[in-house]
Amino acid sequence: MVHTGLGTASASPPQVATRGLGASPSPRRHSGGRRGRLRRSVRRHWQLYLLVIPPLLYFLIFQYVPMANAIIAFKDFNVVEGIWGSPWAGLEYFERFFSNPMFTTVVSNTFLLSLYALIASFPIPIILALALNEIRARFFKRTVQMVTYAPYFISTVVVVSMAILILSPRIGLASDLTGFFGLPATDYLAQPDFFRHVYVWSEVWQTAGYSAVIYLAALAGVDPGLYEAAKVDGANRLQKIWHVDLPSITPTIVVVLILSVGSIMAVGFEKAFLLQNPLNLSQSEIIATYTYKIGIQNADFSLATAIGLFNSVINLVLLVAVNIVAKRVTGKGLW
Amino acid sequence: MNAVLTKPNRTASRRPRRVRETPVDRIFLVGVYILLTTFLIVVLLPLWYILVSSFSSPAAVSAGEVFLWPVDFTLRGYEVVFTNSTILTGFANSAFYTVAGTAISVTLTVMLAYPLSRADFVGRKFLTGAVVFTMLFAGGLIPTYLVVQSMGMLDTRWALLIPKAVAVWPAILAITYFRTAIPDELREAGEIDGASDLRILWKVVLPLSAPMLAVIALMYAIVQWNSYFDALIYLRDDSLYPLQLVLRNILILNTDAGADVTAAIERQQLASLLKYSLIVVSTVPMMLIYPFVARYFTRGLLLGAVKG
Repeated sequence: MVHTGLGTASASPPQVATRGLGASPSPRRHSGGRRGRLRRSVRRHWQLYLLVIPPLLYFLIFQYVPMANAIIAFKDFNVVEGIWGSPWAGLEYFERFFSNPMFTTVVSNTFLLSLYALIASFPIPIILALALNEIRARFFKRTVQMVTYAPYFISTVVVVSMAILILSPRIGLASDLTGFFGLPATDYLAQPDFFRHVYVWSEVWQTAGYSAVIYLAALAGVDPGLYEAAKVDGANRLQKIWHVDLPSITPTIVVVLILSVGSIMAVGFEKAFLLQNPLNLSQSEIIATYTYKIGIQNADFSLATAIGLFNSVINLVLLVAVNIVAKRVTGKGLW
Repeated sequence: MNAVLTKPNRTASRRPRRVRETPVDRIFLVGVYILLTTFLIVVLLPLWYILVSSFSSPAAVSAGEVFLWPVDFTLRGYEVVFTNSTILTGFANSAFYTVAGTAISVTLTVMLAYPLSRADFVGRKFLTGAVVFTMLFAGGLIPTYLVVQSMGMLDTRWALLIPKAVAVWPAILAITYFRTAIPDELREAGEIDGASDLRILWKVVLPLSAPMLAVIALMYAIVQWNSYFDALIYLRDDSLYPLQLVLRNILILNTDAGADVTAAIERQQLASLLKYSLIVVSTVPMMLIYPFVARYFTRGLLLGAVKG
């Protein structure tokens, strides 16, 4: 930890002294190139280089080694021979996945679920932020903000169980409400068609207030002069929103959009898994849950890795594509 | 809620703006109030429903009589929750994972972010790129599982603390903060006084970074408190289970938790009541700290948003 190194650090000679040492081959400073620069920097700031080693080891071991391990998608992995000793299998596992009848189901489920979630959960925080921005009554504004923000702090497990309890036929809140309008009670989670709605709208319920904060911040930063100008031009509130507010937060909207599209295939495993039951499986089985079942439950490591790799690659391609489009259209991108 | 957010509005409301409100604007504003009230009700109603159900008698809950007010007020569900050893162990485990995990994560994140924020750190761009890349591409579930397994972490508490220790988003946030909010002159002054890099970090940079540290600590704490999936794949021993996994077993898989009740029907009713109380109890810690942390969290989102 950082703290423990401090006693010795303060005891070491002042770092300014090394500046004199490093300066001795000064003619080479310009021609020494990258190597020389690194050596000098390490000599002078060795503590920084020491500090960064443990977190870099973390990334190496828990992020980059798994990327290398993903090679088992192309091998007949068995535990005895290990990752590098196992025989090559070529594209066998990819072929097995593509020819599996589950392939179409799982891929389209993942895609449709993500797309629906994106379309539904994207505009609502913007609308919420724009509406809150119109309100001058501070108490009301603050109440709405605090309340809509709160569900973000509830865990996925609890949100899903709340959804299950509320939607449970006969006794849940949902059946109370439908009963009020004279409609029959339904077991929503037993019907595949409802899975997506439950997933997406519980997501919106949980995160809309939280996501609105970013837009509110962007709105707070709008130049007041623009509002003055709009007022002089005789704009009403709606026109002010359309011509001043929205263009001002467009850069923020673009960044959020790219980030959400980037995770379109990385749709929340945790929630889909929790909402799943044998009855709604035809729509609730997505790539992530399928990988879990193949990999952890059936211990078919190579096949599961191939499926996961397929998912990661699509994700990466989507992200790069959206970034290119966003840059073309708005001149802004993530990189 | 937030000084940054409300300040411009405060100055705006001092202007005689409201007086010049046109009829069109007034109608529009009424629409805005209706919309926001709808939002408010939609978010509050489920929370309220769970809360009143948890105070109602098991029979009333299972008969579907509870709607907006408790029926036959009782604390029976809470009694069961607070006497159930599995739930209590889960609470204790989660508290441990949250505190220890957050401490580890924040420490590692600072160790990564401070050097990468320094312009005189050679290789900074390459390393930052290597870190950010992990956000775009990942090895996947099984390759990661194999690493955790080979490190001998399966079925130990380490499995929940180490494999997800550093997240990219908080790291970027910390780098940006160190680079923009801490004046370079302070560091130079420290160097002239003969302070080492570590000493500058500890005595100058970190004390000035309290708001950012609070934000990333919160981000990590919330993720750690809420996660169940890592426990699901890495842990077999149920005495190590975090609360969320216990909750999943009881709330979603319907594992029987109220074992001390005799009559079958009463037991079944109690099991469903227990769910409501359990939801309330497990959410209360977060709901209690959330008004205090929301402000910091908002600030963190803003910090992150500025960077984009």
